[in-house]
Amino acid sequence: MLTTQIIYGLAGVVLFALGVRGVLMHISLLGRVLSINVCGAGVFLVFVTLAYRGWELPPDPVPHALVLTGIVVAVSATALALALGRRLRVALDE
Amino acid sequence: METVLWNLLDLALAGLLLGLGWAAVASPDLKRGVILFIAFGLLLAITWARLRAPDLALAEAAIGAGISGALLLLALRDDPSSEAGDGIATGPVAWMTALLTLMLAGLFGWALLTALANPGPERLAGQVAAHLADSGVTNPVTAVLLNFRAYDTLLELAVLLAALLGIFALGPARPGFKEGGPVLDGLIRWLVPLLVVTGGYLLWVGAHAPGGAFQAGALLAAAAILLRLGGREGGGFPGPVLQRWVLAGGVGVFLLVGLAVTVVGLDFLEYPRAWSGVIILLIESFATLAIAATLALAYIGGRPSGWDASSTGRTTERQEQS
Amino acid sequence: MAEWVTFAFLIAGVGFFAAGSIGLLRLPDLHSRLHALTKADNLGLGLLVVGLALLDGGLVTGIKLFLIWLLVMAASAASSYLIAQQAMRRGSR
Repeated sequence: MLTTQIIYGLAGVVLFALGVRGVLMHISLLGRVLSINVCGAGVFLVFVTLAYRGWELPPDPVPHALVLTGIVVAVSATALALALGRRLRVALDE
Repeated sequence: METVLWNLLDLALAGLLLGLGWAAVASPDLKRGVILFIAFGLLLAITWARLRAPDLALAEAAIGAGISGALLLLALRDDPSSEAGDGIATGPVAWMTALLTLMLAGLFGWALLTALANPGPERLAGQVAAHLADSGVTNPVTAVLLNFRAYDTLLELAVLLAALLGIFALGPARPGFKEGGPVLDGLIRWLVPLLVVTGGYLLWVGAHAPGGAFQAGALLAAAAILLRLGGREGGGFPGPVLQRWVLAGGVGVFLLVGLAVTVVGLDFLEYPRAWSGVIILLIESFATLAIAATLALAYIGGRPSGWDASSTGRTTERQEQS
Repeated sequence: MAEWVTFAFLIAGVGFFAAGSIGLLRLPDLHSRLHALTKADNLGLGLLVVGLALLDGGLVTGIKLFLIWLLVMAASAASSYLIAQQAMRRGSR
């Protein structure tokens, strides 16, 4: 295992933990959605680190495809969560 | 010596990522947090480039930093009270969550280090490289996305559509923006055609270089968002009927192609070898349009003015009212 | 020899970026911060572009990098104008 993988892999783990803490600590929906996105970024970092094989070998494309799918699904889930939040605010104000 | 320099760069990049991520998550002022998140997304794109994942770098810059950031900024505008300050829990709850996250991080980190220390006997990368010549494209990520794991991409497009239908079901669109001044107008006039051309280029070049349907769709969605920010209510969209066709076209063409090959006797989504490249380009084109429409309509945040439950083509009455 | 020229350009570009960031952190109000950010960052990007074009050595890459620099300048000019206009309307904080 390469030093690069250890550095970025542990960074991804810490980002995931920061995101989880943010989800549990924020009170507003926007703060929680933001933290879930940071969580997701940490998980993607771990994926891409596992796919990295140094400068000689080309990287493994399967985790790259998974992370690409994950990025797009994360943004659509964010949009849905924010629309739900808006509707909830309207419903609670009535 | 060279590896030491690279490792120093990696330490700096990882440290910056952690710093920005921490600042984005832990700041009580949400506006500042969102802007730090956008910067975090761009830094993450640089990290993907460092880890030899250029397709991901393109997608992260366009979707992860750009469209996600735009969505979060718009949500700030929805709820003006959230600008005053967010509450973050304090007291014993804070300590317990810190303990929980430490345990989670420890578990995750231990699993990661174990996985790194014991790589499996055979990785899928070898199989991809062996079959790449048959897949119809030469970019391995595109081959995996649209040929080897095409079923996953089909389901992903369906998830996008489902999320958009959920957003539509929740209410009408957000209010628009007023007409932009001359500077914004000038920027839009230059940027939107450039974005459209670059999107088309990325779609085409995805077969043999970093690029593909998702990045191209994100650029087109960015063009539509830019038009909306400049005050053009329609945002470059076609009418509601054509919008329905475009949205359904992404999943629809994929499904039709998958079913059509079963007529010839192959399995579902097993492209015939000689036609793979053409089929992939066809599916990617419709997927690009669908992704662009989905992301742009998700940005609008609800049903646009022509989309009412009672209207299927009779939109003139509604448009006169609004 | 060519390598040292490339390094000089790259380091100068990074230096200008650093100066712009220090300006962002230390200058007192919004308008002066915008001024520091756009001017220093655009020049820094220009120097980086020259350094990268020399590093790569091809004409097509150089033209592409130059066009990217032009695009970034246009976008940053427009967005800093919009920020400054909005700040002036609100009474800058």
